[in-house]
Amino acid sequence: MPTLLHTPLMSGTNAIHGIVIVGAILVAGRPDADTATKVIGFFAVILGTANVVGGFVVTDRMLEMFKRKPTEKADAEK
Amino acid sequence: MSRNVTELLFLVTIVTFVLALRFLSSPKRARLGNQVGAGGMLVAIVVTLSQKGLEAYWLMAVAMVIGAVIGAVGARRVKMTAMPQMVALFNGVGGGAAALVSLAEFHNLAPLPGRLAADESVAILLSALIGSISFAGSMIAFGKLQELLSGRPIVYPGQKFGNGLIIGAAVTLGVVIIAGPQEQWLLIGLIAAALVFGVAFVLPIGGADMPVVISLLNAFTGLAASATGFVLHQNVLIVSGMLVGASGTLLTLLMGKAMNRSIANVLFGAFGQVQTGTGAALAEGRTVRATTAEDVAIMLSYARKVVFVPGYGLAVAQAQHDARALGELLEEHGVDVKYGIHPVAGRMPGHMNVLLAEANVPYDQLYEMDQINADLPQTDVVLVLGANDVVNPAAKTDPTSPIYGMPIIEVSRAAAVVVVKRSMSPGFAGIDNPLFYEEKTSMLFADAKAALEQISAAVKAL
Repeated sequence: MPTLLHTPLMSGTNAIHGIVIVGAILVAGRPDADTATKVIGFFAVILGTANVVGGFVVTDRMLEMFKRKPTEKADAEK
Repeated sequence: MSRNVTELLFLVTIVTFVLALRFLSSPKRARLGNQVGAGGMLVAIVVTLSQKGLEAYWLMAVAMVIGAVIGAVGARRVKMTAMPQMVALFNGVGGGAAALVSLAEFHNLAPLPGRLAADESVAILLSALIGSISFAGSMIAFGKLQELLSGRPIVYPGQKFGNGLIIGAAVTLGVVIIAGPQEQWLLIGLIAAALVFGVAFVLPIGGADMPVVISLLNAFTGLAASATGFVLHQNVLIVSGMLVGASGTLLTLLMGKAMNRSIANVLFGAFGQVQTGTGAALAEGRTVRATTAEDVAIMLSYARKVVFVPGYGLAVAQAQHDARALGELLEEHGVDVKYGIHPVAGRMPGHMNVLLAEANVPYDQLYEMDQINADLPQTDVVLVLGANDVVNPAAKTDPTSPIYGMPIIEVSRAAAVVVVKRSMSPGFAGIDNPLFYEEKTSMLFADAKAALEQISAAVKAL
């Protein structure tokens, strides 16, 4: 596992634990939820979505940096 | 959607996550891996939203829009140098979400005493406890990396005892809840104690160790997500959370290995405790040789082999592009230019590679620590750009140094060393650097960006 990928991997796993959004949706959307549950669920959905969207976008931005070079290099080798 | 179809689609999600983690460990497929993971996440969210018996769609839509805007804008706007704290922030909100889910579920289930089975309440408590620690800890890590808080370890007498007391209180509250009175204020108390513990746990850890802490908290959030899975009986949560917990733990160990430190030492060593004596003794009676951009330009253009050692100082000065420009200029003069990258250069392992890639520094000029160390005896000039701890010879020579044992880029093997640094102040880890006092070392006191521009201008004028 190359060190240069430690940061993207950490960031990628970080995005994956955003799966907690599933739990947030299930709690916020419960038919028997009272107002307090809904309010807490509302904030949980906000946080979960931020985790998912932010996590994947940040990781993609990091990895975008790596993408260009190897192709250029491969082209040069041809 | 029937229960079977739902479960099947969740299984698809889990498979994409496994693939994502696999792909993320190879440079070629890393980006694809991330996209596969994102696709799987989308499947999971759509499937969850289409489950029967859900209400309050408008509420969730509003929340998701708000969350998505925060996440996307934050992730887009952030500078590459600030990536580590951004990861900390997103990790924290994930932990916070897990804690809130368990709080909501408890609120929903708990009013009737004795209605909660022990396994259910244990899961709720774990998710609340770990999620809250991860949330608060990540926020402190964010504050330290963003320099809202001092990067130095914050220590006070009786700290370990105090921290033990706090976590003890949280666990006691948990036991009370499992044993009987399922009162909501008890869970709120537990969350409060866990939040305080998260803060207290990260405060004594130095800024340089934050990557390891974030990685660990990342694993924590995974476990918290997994615990919410047990609360809600959702396999997709249990499995995905476990995946993150396991890979996060492995990554934490790998990072510790790159710094040659045990995780226990990182967490409880309080980096700063031993440093005061050594630092003061070194500074006395030693002289530092200051140099000018013009002199450095002459040294570099008449050298055959030059190695750049970039550090976080280069990144904060946004000087990656200037470093590349100087490198290209020197190559036109027939100088062989290489970059020596320490595994923990920047603020996270691999962070420096991202920053240099952003500045279009060719891949084949980047050398890892071991390769460059072998090359250094044949090198004429090493230009240290805003790096400090990763070139500190005390790591090899001084057993009392807090970073003793950490592998370093051994720049003093080269014929001459130029250190570009804003001042003599110690680095992020707060440790003095004997390299600066060595005879072959000259110091160019300047911001990395300004220094590189001046050197480039001087090289052109030659």
